[in-house]
Amino acid sequence: MKIHEYQAKELFRTFGVPVPDGGVAFSVEEAVDIAKGLGAYPVVVKAQIHAGGRGKGGGVKLAASEAEAKDHAGDILGMTLVTHQTGPEGRLVKKLLVEAGQEIAKELYLSILVDRATAGIVIMASQEGGMDIEEVAAKTPEKIIKVRVDPLTGIQGYHLREVGFGLELPTAALRGFSTLLKNLYTLFVKNDCSLLEINPLILTKDDKVMALDAKVDIDSNALFRHRSLLEYRDLDEEDPLEVEASKFNLNYINLDGNVGNIVNGAGLAMATMDIIKNAGAEPANFMDVGGGATAEMVENALRIILMDEKVKAVLINIFGGILRCDVFAQGVVAAAQKTGITIPVVVRMEGTNVERGKEILAASGLNLINAVDLKDAAEKVAAAI
Amino acid sequence: MSIFVNKETRLVVQGITGKEGQFHTRQCIEYGTKVVAGVTPGKGGQTMDGVPVFNTVRSAVEATGANASMIFVPPAFCGDAIMEAADGGVELIVAITEGIPVLDMVKVKNFLAAKTCRLIGPNCPGIITPGECKIGIMPGKIHMAGGPVGVISRSGTLTYEVVDQLTKLGIGQTTCIGIGGDPVNGTNFIDVLGAFENDPDTRGIVMVGEIGGSAEEEAAAYIKAHVTKPVVGFIAGLTAPPGRRMGHAGAIISGSSGTGQAKIEAMEKNGIRVCKNLGIIGEVCKEVF
Repeated sequence: MKIHEYQAKELFRTFGVPVPDGGVAFSVEEAVDIAKGLGAYPVVVKAQIHAGGRGKGGGVKLAASEAEAKDHAGDILGMTLVTHQTGPEGRLVKKLLVEAGQEIAKELYLSILVDRATAGIVIMASQEGGMDIEEVAAKTPEKIIKVRVDPLTGIQGYHLREVGFGLELPTAALRGFSTLLKNLYTLFVKNDCSLLEINPLILTKDDKVMALDAKVDIDSNALFRHRSLLEYRDLDEEDPLEVEASKFNLNYINLDGNVGNIVNGAGLAMATMDIIKNAGAEPANFMDVGGGATAEMVENALRIILMDEKVKAVLINIFGGILRCDVFAQGVVAAAQKTGITIPVVVRMEGTNVERGKEILAASGLNLINAVDLKDAAEKVAAAI
Repeated sequence: MSIFVNKETRLVVQGITGKEGQFHTRQCIEYGTKVVAGVTPGKGGQTMDGVPVFNTVRSAVEATGANASMIFVPPAFCGDAIMEAADGGVELIVAITEGIPVLDMVKVKNFLAAKTCRLIGPNCPGIITPGECKIGIMPGKIHMAGGPVGVISRSGTLTYEVVDQLTKLGIGQTTCIGIGGDPVNGTNFIDVLGAFENDPDTRGIVMVGEIGGSAEEEAAAYIKAHVTKPVVGFIAGLTAPPGRRMGHAGAIISGSSGTGQAKIEAMEKNGIRVCKNLGIIGEVCKEVF
């Protein structure tokens, strides 16, 4: 689960990680009030959306006065912000973070993440702050410090020293940095983060360290033990069809193509998208109804796919294992009867109770296109659009 | 021959009295798996279809000589269950559960590093040696005993699709293993590839990967250096957008890493025949093996 910068900074404050003074605003008036309350200029006005690259897109501006703060807030609030992470359609800005400007001596990079390959928690740091870290890693890997922490024993003093000295921090800043990093690690573990990134972490002119930006992703699988973090979920940042699908525990991702598809199992669902593309069409979505889907889940899956106006044809690909083909067929029939099907639907079923499933579909009188195998299914659906 | 499991394998099922546990235990027994015990804390002394239930894995192992475990415990408690199995004395742990927090798995994986047992999964369909032993949720009847092909995959139903095509073309399997779709898991591609290489009855290997992480790239380099048997590969998710989790927790392209294209290139560069159309993977195998 992604959260906003201002929410991440709330967590930072709770765990003793220094951040600039500031607050979140939902209107221009609130933004001006926060700016006035900070007591000095410049202040920074930052768009709050779930995407990086906000500065380049015009979503982060420095204001030297109250009037400028008001102007910037007015410009950014309500704008459609386009960054390399939002896609060309951009994202509507509905909230702002207004913060005290800082005197920056140096910009650094600091992150904590789960490393799949070593099954460790890895701290990454670099003196090349404020830059695209992937680019730094690709061009100058020697400028990246990587320290692996054993999750069973947790963070030790030497980890903090390796990173602190590695960043060539001034001696006066080392103690503050060590506390910051230790607290950040605690925050990471206590909240089941999957990624925590500060870019830039700044060194101020008086040798203090502070998180100027904050990006935190929470492991969705761990939300059951962090009920309070659920409040941070922002439905405005999610696709409405994806929100609807999540209510029924469907794994759904809305894409740009026009061939809708419903599949059981994530790997097969990805492979089905690929085979649609191979046949010369574009998948409109990823939809995994899961191994143990019920007829009701299947019904909702089809209903959601049909709500998507881009969709001109649907491919249903089921390999019945735990999810039996007859149960699946009942769901398809129920959805079709409730919503009506006005576009071509190709069905390919295989596995447990496949004969019974085919009988149910045939007896329903629905106008479905049967496919004998996966290749046949993809060709038929591509021909149907 | 086969790898990791055979007709001698003695299985204990953790979470045997739950809905999923009961259903799949019955399926495994029907297939011929020797299910010797179950574990559900607080239900020790009961039986499930004649299988004795114990409160702890250790007591189940002591009483029945179980040497493998299949786990259906809910995600919040599954890390605990895996560690219990490891300390309880089983040699092979197959964790079916989906949705374990990654920080739990990170701890489990480091805990297991000091043990000799093997973990398959989590978030996986399990392992099957056709005709001998099925530990997991895969439909048994799509498989064909006797080899000569070993199958290894990060996915569930995608593996069934591949196996089904093989069987329909008369190509049997030695052992089929789903290593799971989570970012941090137990057994990886390389462990299984090494075992298949050493199994005289396995004469060819199908490796099914997907986007996310770098396990396929590492496996490809390993194959070039250590595997003499022909390998057919498949990668799912070429059309997946970056930054989105495609159902499996581990199936995500982060920045520029974990793309399907990079995996296919690494596999082809190392001599693996990559099939790019799932609809014909059986035919490709027939040609190669």
